Amino acid sequence: MTTAHAKLPAPGRTSENVLALRGISKNFGAVAALTDVELRVDVGEVVAIVGDNGAGKSTLAKVLSGVYLPDTGSIEFAGAPVTLANPQFALNLGIATVFQDLALCDNLDVVKNLFLGNELGPFRLDEVAMEVKSWELLRQLSAKIPSVRIPIASLSGGQRQTVAIARSLLRDPKLIILDEPTAALGVAQTAEVLNLVERLRENGLGVIMISHNMEDVRAVADRVVVLRLGKNNGTFRVSDVSNEDIIAAITGASDNAVTRRAAKASDAMKQNEDEQ
Amino acid sequence: MSPELNDASVATDLQDERLRQRQGIRGFIEVALERIRGGDLGVLPVVLGLVIIWTIFQSLNSYFLSSANLVNLLMECSAVGVISLGIVCLLLVGEIDLSVGSVSGFSAAVIAVAFVKHDWPLPLAIICAIATGVLIGYIYSLIFNRFGVPSFVITLAGLLGFQGLQLFTLGHSGTINLPFDSILVKFGQLWFVPPALSYGLVALAVLGFLAARMSRARARKAAGLSATSRQSLLIQAAGLALLLLFASWYLNQGRGVGWMFVLFVALVLILNYALTRTKWGLSVYAVGGNEEAARRAGVNVSKVYVSVFILCSTLAAVGGLLAAGRLAAAAQSSGAGDVNLNAIAAAVIGGTSLFGGRGSAFAALLGIIVIQSISSGLTLLNLDSSYRFMVTCVVLLLAVMLDSISRRSRTAHGRA
Repeated sequence: MTTAHAKLPAPGRTSENVLALRGISKNFGAVAALTDVELRVDVGEVVAIVGDNGAGKSTLAKVLSGVYLPDTGSIEFAGAPVTLANPQFALNLGIATVFQDLALCDNLDVVKNLFLGNELGPFRLDEVAMEVKSWELLRQLSAKIPSVRIPIASLSGGQRQTVAIARSLLRDPKLIILDEPTAALGVAQTAEVLNLVERLRENGLGVIMISHNMEDVRAVADRVVVLRLGKNNGTFRVSDVSNEDIIAAITGASDNAVTRRAAKASDAMKQNEDEQ
Repeated sequence: MSPELNDASVATDLQDERLRQRQGIRGFIEVALERIRGGDLGVLPVVLGLVIIWTIFQSLNSYFLSSANLVNLLMECSAVGVISLGIVCLLLVGEIDLSVGSVSGFSAAVIAVAFVKHDWPLPLAIICAIATGVLIGYIYSLIFNRFGVPSFVITLAGLLGFQGLQLFTLGHSGTINLPFDSILVKFGQLWFVPPALSYGLVALAVLGFLAARMSRARARKAAGLSATSRQSLLIQAAGLALLLLFASWYLNQGRGVGWMFVLFVALVLILNYALTRTKWGLSVYAVGGNEEAARRAGVNVSKVYVSVFILCSTLAAVGGLLAAGRLAAAAQSSGAGDVNLNAIAAAVIGGTSLFGGRGSAFAALLGIIVIQSISSGLTLLNLDSSYRFMVTCVVLLLAVMLDSISRRSRTAHGRA
């Protein structure tokens, strides 16, 4: 199953890689968080990574963003082998990441958080240009942020999420990794983020989206890569797979908590109908 | 402003309908009150504290607020104030340096030995002493980054180590006097700004302030953002001018403003610019607020630590030179005693948070004036250092408690 993606050439698209991972492993002490993980992202492709809690999704995101160094395996970015030694290197290469814990500085305001590490005018910060650009970006994401001069601490979870996403777009990346991008968002913002993902794909960026939300995954992803207990457990093209198949791959069995619950619900419904 | 107004007439950053619009002087006061209630105290506690301390000492001894005493007080501020500036930087990233006293004493010993014993030219001796500060900070940062030892342990070791080195450098004599005709001593004791020039400096400062604020307001308006009105800018500038003119007029009744104090204020202004208007300053605040977030945003966190440790030790060395000039000697007791704690206390009393990410360069200026006021007032009352230690202890504890309380209040009001 792990080799399934090799048999899936992208129809009508040049299969030029943005990113290719081979045999990535990462251990934390005795725990093997990732074992021999393979992943490929093409130009203009949205790849969803799904998996249960503890499947290694966030660890993989941190490996890709340079926060963790993998123990073994090779990473190829835009056709060249790279070592993602630190976040700065990954960012300069063109890999932007929106982390699940957002990684924002509570004591700084929105503008400073957006431009941190990417300031305009290093010896004389161009506050005006940065503020104008911030408003532009946030409006584009239909962010509901009252003021960009208030500290991040006073924003809600969804507002912070939007700020984190806006920050990832600032550097014109080639690959964007979104770790649970819609988890904290309202209805309109979720739609905006999904629209944004589609726009990124049209612009030829690679997008990796880590998500628990099957609806979001089906809405925008081209391929779904399933991780289970730190290993690849199947790669599917979204257009020709059912939710049940993906869930079976996530949980490792066709008889799982989700199907049992669904069966119970339909049984109860049948019983109700019988009684009537 | 009513929501029916056309969007184009409202500045880009004020369009959200949830923003309450405030205008005029009343709005300004309302905003200020809200900030204070939210735990964003700024310089308010230290200014209030200063007023209380000055009132008490003036009522006990009428010489306290005389221009002669205030001139002295400001001269005494400069050396420890410069050291305290370095502490502010280190506290901003959430670290501390307990060895600034010894480093300042060591630098005084270096300049005395180089200048007096070995007859080196003064500029070379000064460069040599400052270079020791740079080197010490670099070594601290290496140990901190490479081995991850907590800064207070490294610098506690440094406290002992450099005091030892200071005694070793001074040798058997123990005290080396600096010649009274040397520039360093004149700078520390005798050189004051002529009255006419002091008013010129005030005018320059006010005009500079006004020009900077005006050009910022113009740029913001041109970019469609909200800007401070010309009227309130003029009021602010007038207030600043009045304050500075009165201060320099009053000090000019005595000997005037010492060049050493001018140097200290210049360093405060430069550091304030670096902290608020440069990439480096932003990364210092970011590392203090959330180190991991800063790292993931691409800030080179180790480099920030290196720069801040070096800055702190270098400023400590400069402070040591100023103290040596003031005393006209380098002694075994230079930088010993309460120099360390006064420098740290000044930063904290001035409003720099011990938890990192919050504070400003002006904290050092205001904090050291509070500490020197206490010291000078108690000396005037003929009370010895035992009282000074106890009173300073109470003030420091109050400042730290205020820091903790306002931090809690900030969390509750979403200002973290």
